[in-house]
Amino acid sequence: MPTIREVAKVCKSKNAGPFDLTIDVVFADAETYRKVVESGVLNAGLFARLYGVSENEVLFTPYEAANAFKATIPRLVPSGDIGDTDVYGAQQHAPLLDVELPI
Amino acid sequence: MNEYRMLSVTATHGYGFPISSLEAGMSRKPDMIGADGGSVDPGPHYLGIGEPFCSKRAIRRDLQLMLRAAIEHKIPLVMGTCGGAGGEPHLQLLAEMARDIAREDGLHFKMALIHAEQDKGDLKKRLREKKIHPLGRMADLEEETIDHAERVVAMMGPEPFMAALEAGAQVILAGRSSDPAPWAACAQRAQISPAPAWFAGKMLECAATASIPKGHDCLLVTVTDDYVECEAPNPERACTPLSVANHSLHENPSPIHHIEPGGLLDTANCKFEAVSDRATRISGMEWTPADPYTVKLEAAELAAYRAFTICGTRDPLLIETLDDFLGHVRDNTASKAADFGAGPDDYKLIIRTYGRDGVMGEREPLKNNLGHEVGFLVEVVADDQETANSVLSISRTQMLHTDFPGRMCREGNMAFPFSPSDVEAGPVYRFSMHHVLDVEDPLVPFPIEYETL
Repeated sequence: MPTIREVAKVCKSKNAGPFDLTIDVVFADAETYRKVVESGVLNAGLFARLYGVSENEVLFTPYEAANAFKATIPRLVPSGDIGDTDVYGAQQHAPLLDVELPI
Repeated sequence: MNEYRMLSVTATHGYGFPISSLEAGMSRKPDMIGADGGSVDPGPHYLGIGEPFCSKRAIRRDLQLMLRAAIEHKIPLVMGTCGGAGGEPHLQLLAEMARDIAREDGLHFKMALIHAEQDKGDLKKRLREKKIHPLGRMADLEEETIDHAERVVAMMGPEPFMAALEAGAQVILAGRSSDPAPWAACAQRAQISPAPAWFAGKMLECAATASIPKGHDCLLVTVTDDYVECEAPNPERACTPLSVANHSLHENPSPIHHIEPGGLLDTANCKFEAVSDRATRISGMEWTPADPYTVKLEAAELAAYRAFTICGTRDPLLIETLDDFLGHVRDNTASKAADFGAGPDDYKLIIRTYGRDGVMGEREPLKNNLGHEVGFLVEVVADDQETANSVLSISRTQMLHTDFPGRMCREGNMAFPFSPSDVEAGPVYRFSMHHVLDVEDPLVPFPIEYETL
């Protein structure tokens, strides 16, 4: 079964302010986006499982205009505070890459 | 149709851009040029310490090229969030650079400095008037937090920029500003409606980040009441519907609701259409004004002092017993530190293990997949630098010499790349405010000074 790394064009993470992490998955075209929506794989529950947060901490938004999905979750530690591992939040996307998409 | 054209030279002043891109962009006769300076993105240190996160040398290079272009073409130069964090020292750094460049190049212009640093007394008064509210999961602001802050900035909207343009300033240097605000200001002052003006700003604030291949380079945006059109002056880059749509997701919790000073930009119904193989047109954005008008407050406070060292092991026997080994290092460090008077509450020892979970911490799903070598960043934070240095020194020795079962590398467990191995990293700041302030007049928190060079 194809994985996100094989199907998506973009899979990235970044801070959304100092206290939140936002993760984007962008597909090449409306057709692929529609198939991914129909597969039902990308949802708040998936991000909750992958990142060990509760589902109500995930702000999950499909964005049809950009053929994209966005999920925003709390950071483990505020950006740059003691114990932070990733000030920019730019390297937190990898667990998504191997998620399988039945499309 | 009213059309307004803006050139952003790079994602952050100090990141650099090719001169050929600036020239190509200027040949398209933009109505203004500018560059944003940053955000909270590099963390709280720069706001706290009052220094830029790009080198002064790199910032001066970018500023000089922009000033020359703006003055030669008689267009405004507008710089948001000067020096990366937009506090008073950051703003003064760029102001001094601009004066110096003007002298060196014989340039003459009227300059506006828009201040964003906030007076603590004023803030406490506003807090007592219940005009400050928490954002997200933050608690209500306490007076104590205001007292402890090293520096507090408010994030301005477009209004102060528009006031400076109205007053005839050709060069505008601003403290902390919403990233799109400088551009939204220039476009709105040219009678472009707020929705496309703000969207244009969203694209311009990171310059060629909206293109592929992504790089630190220029972006040219043409904005009308009906659409925003993005293209990269560098012929090696293209703004495609995908690259622009991707950038529209940047650093925001929601892809469709963008909260800005004075309103909400809604991109739910946007359309991204290629107008050529290198330019993309975006339409359908909407703007809803906010009532009351709020500005975001950002602050950094001193959290600790840090010292760290970097080392690595290539020993498979050690890697097999890593958790036990690190446990012994911690125990030995605690015992030795206590011997010289640093108790367990006086410091925090953090051992980051690269090759295991150094990047994702407890969110790492593959923490048992260890490779043939493992890197460590050993860090100590304490209330004073001397304690941090002392405890780091003793923990470094434990990393090197702590025994473990089956140990064959009896001369030392770790490869240290440097001598000295320990780095005194100085003060550690933390973000202490993420709140909004209700304002009756969006100009009031941001005094503007003018000077003629």
